[in-house]
Amino acid sequence: MGGTLVLMEGIEKSFPGVHALKNCRFELRAGEVHALVGENGAGKSTLMKILTGVYPKDAGRIVYKGQEVEIPNPKAAQDLGIAIIHQELNLMPHLTVAQNIFIGREPLKAGFILDEKRLNQQAQDLLNKMNLDLDPRARVGDLTVAKQQMVEIVRALSLNSEVLIMDEPTSVLTEGEIQELFRIIRELKKQGVGIVHISHRMEELKQIADRVTVLRDGQYIGTVNAADVTIDEIISMMVGKEIYETARTSQLDSKAEVVLEVRNLNRGREIIDVSFQLRRGEILGFAGLVGAGRTEVARAIFGADPVDSGEIYVHGQRVNIKSPYDAVRHGIGYLSEDRRRYGLMPTLDVSTNIVAATMEKFTGVMGWLLKPQIEGIAQAQVSELNIRTPSLDQRVRYLSGGNQQKVVMAKWLVRNCDILIFDEPTRGIDVGAKSEIYKLLNDLAESGKAIIMISSEMPEILRMSHRIIVMCEGQITGELSAAEATQERILQLATKRQSIARQ
Amino acid sequence: MESKPAAAEVEVVGKPSIFRSDATQKLLAFASLIVLFIGFSLASPNFARFNNIVGILLSTAVNGILAVGVSFVIVTGGIDLSVGTVMTLCSVMTGVVITFWGMPIPLGILAGLATGALCGCINGTCVAKLKLPPFIATLGMMMVSKGLSLVISGTKPIYFLATPSFRQIAMGTVFGIPYAVFIFFGAAVVASLILTRTLLGRYAFALGSNEEAARLSGINVDGWKIAIYTLNGLFVGLAGIVMASRLNSAQPSLGQGYELEAIAAVVIGGTSLSGGEGSILGTIIGAFIMSVLTNGLRILSIPQEWQTVVIGIIVILAVYTDILRRQSR
Repeated sequence: MGGTLVLMEGIEKSFPGVHALKNCRFELRAGEVHALVGENGAGKSTLMKILTGVYPKDAGRIVYKGQEVEIPNPKAAQDLGIAIIHQELNLMPHLTVAQNIFIGREPLKAGFILDEKRLNQQAQDLLNKMNLDLDPRARVGDLTVAKQQMVEIVRALSLNSEVLIMDEPTSVLTEGEIQELFRIIRELKKQGVGIVHISHRMEELKQIADRVTVLRDGQYIGTVNAADVTIDEIISMMVGKEIYETARTSQLDSKAEVVLEVRNLNRGREIIDVSFQLRRGEILGFAGLVGAGRTEVARAIFGADPVDSGEIYVHGQRVNIKSPYDAVRHGIGYLSEDRRRYGLMPTLDVSTNIVAATMEKFTGVMGWLLKPQIEGIAQAQVSELNIRTPSLDQRVRYLSGGNQQKVVMAKWLVRNCDILIFDEPTRGIDVGAKSEIYKLLNDLAESGKAIIMISSEMPEILRMSHRIIVMCEGQITGELSAAEATQERILQLATKRQSIARQ
Repeated sequence: MESKPAAAEVEVVGKPSIFRSDATQKLLAFASLIVLFIGFSLASPNFARFNNIVGILLSTAVNGILAVGVSFVIVTGGIDLSVGTVMTLCSVMTGVVITFWGMPIPLGILAGLATGALCGCINGTCVAKLKLPPFIATLGMMMVSKGLSLVISGTKPIYFLATPSFRQIAMGTVFGIPYAVFIFFGAAVVASLILTRTLLGRYAFALGSNEEAARLSGINVDGWKIAIYTLNGLFVGLAGIVMASRLNSAQPSLGQGYELEAIAAVVIGGTSLSGGEGSILGTIIGAFIMSVLTNGLRILSIPQEWQTVVIGIIVILAVYTDILRRQSR
């Protein structure tokens, strides 16, 4: 391991309403693989975005190869030799491998004619150097995600990068592809490249990382040698002790009717053999890391995406849900995490949004809209859910996040759905409105609705759920009752990969 | 004389890997062109006559040049609705310089090209810097240029009566083939080379494929966009000059509708309106399909109203096959 390549000290960063990084520290040495871990929202990505010039820092200093530097934009980071490979790859699918690697730096003849031959040759040289089996002339859009990722890595290295940041590079790869990626990473290590590996997968750290830095709630917790600690020790650093949330005490009537049953749901690698039951009056928490397949399960139940196989029973009856239209007819409502995109019509007014799923009920002859009835029902919901809006005619996009969420809830309540799937119900909602949403969820459950709540916020899951299902990589890795659930147990299950789970 | 090597060039540049994906569509388009050609030849002995073929080539020239230019914009994922009326404005400017001001023909040509380039540059600036959607920016330019043509010409056609040689630009012939046809093929070859062999072409594809990735790769996205729209404008200017020369006059009320025919040709040729793929060869095949259809249906005495209906259906079918091809990938 070489000397210090990057040192970040006293890094502060605030966003409106959030203190994202507090006096944060990070050190990267040449030729090491340094894992950066923490729960969702711990500040890993923000810290790396500061290092790559995406966000400006509020305070603190960055020392690169012994020199204090300012990194005002991504170009500056690139010029210093700091490269990042994002989770969502930044490639041009219509161009070839070589064209992507050298985009912006094409070799030219006579100053303006592309030298395609040299382009392909140089790309081939780079690929050979890395022992990669890729055709420079292949179209990137036709490659697998793993191969595309390699193109990104090669591009980063062709910029003579000495720091390579990989944001969850393994989350979309198969086991074999991961081993290939690790082979490349070890190769880079030998060449003295410092690698930051952001990952949620604990057992990977043991395989590839030299050191591990843990962040929690935007704070630097510590840096340890990967060889010296156990996975459990890292997890307890990630979770901390002080932020325990008390689980709910109210118990669910175990004889309550099963309103929704899912059996052996499968779709590709995203959903693997998922089965569970949901009872009347229950809030069933779905915990897991981002990308664990929870949203995919919800969308599959709702008919928004097709499934390969699986059975769904509503009130004991086998149902065939092929589209959201079918799901709604069976009384299932889905509240997407991306409300603006999937839940609301932001440019339309509050009352139209509230009756959006039930419009036909409020029409007279020839589809004439019955305005008084619509406004009556909308007004009732606005009072019931305490939606704060200046009027029913207010455009929904001008409401706050919490009130927008309530409008979406109102839409499904008017529709009389008795199974409600909430995907990240409090994302982007401020603290005060959160507790209101929690109260509404509890009221709904008590009134006999059955609720699935997908959440990546541990305290939220622990506080709200009667029962918690934990997913990892498309599979259910465990189920916990409210009484037995703790942050540690959830995290353990959420990072339990298939291979480990089967041992 | 240039036509033989020209056609060969177009063939060669059609092969690079970028085009592998739309090769199917192009093959389909080319096959339909052949089928149409054979069909019309069998249906009417007049179709395959030399004079009629020349007529088809000549009538493709203006729309073809426009389509070639707009291909660049469409490859970036943009659109240009102003090419028809800007073309007219270019003719009018050429007419003003040559007939009203009595200046030499080359200056008139220069004025036409410069007008096109300027309009393209303004379009590009509106799209790149002011972040207007291309549809809106060029819709505005369509109306502006239409109005300006009428204002500048005094709503009357400008005739090139004092300069008989102006008409030779498009209508002079070699072996009975008008120069306009050679200009068209020449423009196509140059365009094809620019699209496949130069930075501008490469970045056009990059922008259409993933603009954000292009920006993060350090490409001057705005600058290249303006350059691409300006290049399109140059082709529009060229089309305007050929048009004026062919009619021996600048007709200020003509032009609207040409933009949609040009876009239709590009689409039939397999260039995706969402950007990132396309080729000049495809565009040319598309333009020929449209003019062969029009010509053939006319020879079979099918009324003009029905010709339009048929072309509309062809556009829908072409885009539908494109969608099928995408789904199968």
